[in-house]
Amino acid sequence: MGKGMVVIDVDRCKGCGLCVHVCPVGILALSPDTFNAKGYHPVIVTDMEKCTGCASCATICPDVVFTVYRKKRQPRAVPVPA
Amino acid sequence: MTVAVKIPEDMELIYEYPEAMTTTYTHYCPGCPHGIVHRLVAEVIDELGIREKCIGVAPVGCSVMIYKYLNVDFVEAAHGRAPAMATGLKRTNPDKIVFTYQGDGDIAAIGIAEALHAANRGELISTVFINNAIYGMTGGQMAPTTLPGMVTTSTPFGRDVRLAGYPVPMSELLAQVEGAVYVTRQMATDLVSIRKTKKAIKRAFMVQLAGLGYSSVEVLSSCSTNWNMGPWEALEWVKEKMIPYFPLGTFKMTDEVKALKVK
Repeated sequence: MGKGMVVIDVDRCKGCGLCVHVCPVGILALSPDTFNAKGYHPVIVTDMEKCTGCASCATICPDVVFTVYRKKRQPRAVPVPA
Repeated sequence: MTVAVKIPEDMELIYEYPEAMTTTYTHYCPGCPHGIVHRLVAEVIDELGIREKCIGVAPVGCSVMIYKYLNVDFVEAAHGRAPAMATGLKRTNPDKIVFTYQGDGDIAAIGIAEALHAANRGELISTVFINNAIYGMTGGQMAPTTLPGMVTTSTPFGRDVRLAGYPVPMSELLAQVEGAVYVTRQMATDLVSIRKTKKAIKRAFMVQLAGLGYSSVEVLSSCSTNWNMGPWEALEWVKEKMIPYFPLGTFKMTDEVKALKVK
């Protein structure tokens, strides 16, 4: 599993493709051969390993399709002064 | 259809569906920035924790059914009369947060008198104003904000400024009156501008919470269906063609508003 993860609510998607344009790692695409309940080609993730959890897709999505998760940051070890 | 996905334990939630939005599917066309701005308003309401005391006033236009999508109390106003209705609501319920959500056909054409006078009286309401340079719901006719030369269904040869005048700079007009304390124009076309728009909407709501005066946020937006473009192409067109007529920026911000700390 990569640094981030998105969960897609397939039936909310209208296939506008704005998220495909803004994804910085280019892992989003409109599904070429499946339809959702509304009849649109919904967005799919082609390679979840590359997801950074930046939430760019969630920021531009007009239909609130995405839920975004990211790996917790480990607290940096602070050297204790002697 | 929501598929149950197992989330690994070392992952934390970064973004989830806002509480102030209902789960109803919106009727907007694919890629319509109305959805983005609805979500920003919902996020701001959640962050300020004012969902229980918010009252929205819905306009006439594409966003007429916003009351189905935001999980706050709503009333529906007659065309253009949202600021007048919001005035009454706020004066009788001073402890509530009252905002109007209007389109350009609503605020800049039939409702320009109500909007200007509400601003001039310094009513404690906030306005979110979506400017997409066209009447979207009725089939793409010319709006007061349509750009010169722009082809619409009622100006098939382009808007002729000798017949139909120039685009109405609504935010510049509102900034002239004494009662308005915060007037800004933003756009919702890319990641940076969407974040800025959210900050502006938050500041507008905080102005009302602090009781400073009238606040208005204009958001440049697109209408891919009536402009006959794809969703992304339409957003690019906003940046390229609309900015020269509607420059972005804050036209009025008093010192008290500037002192508000917006996170």
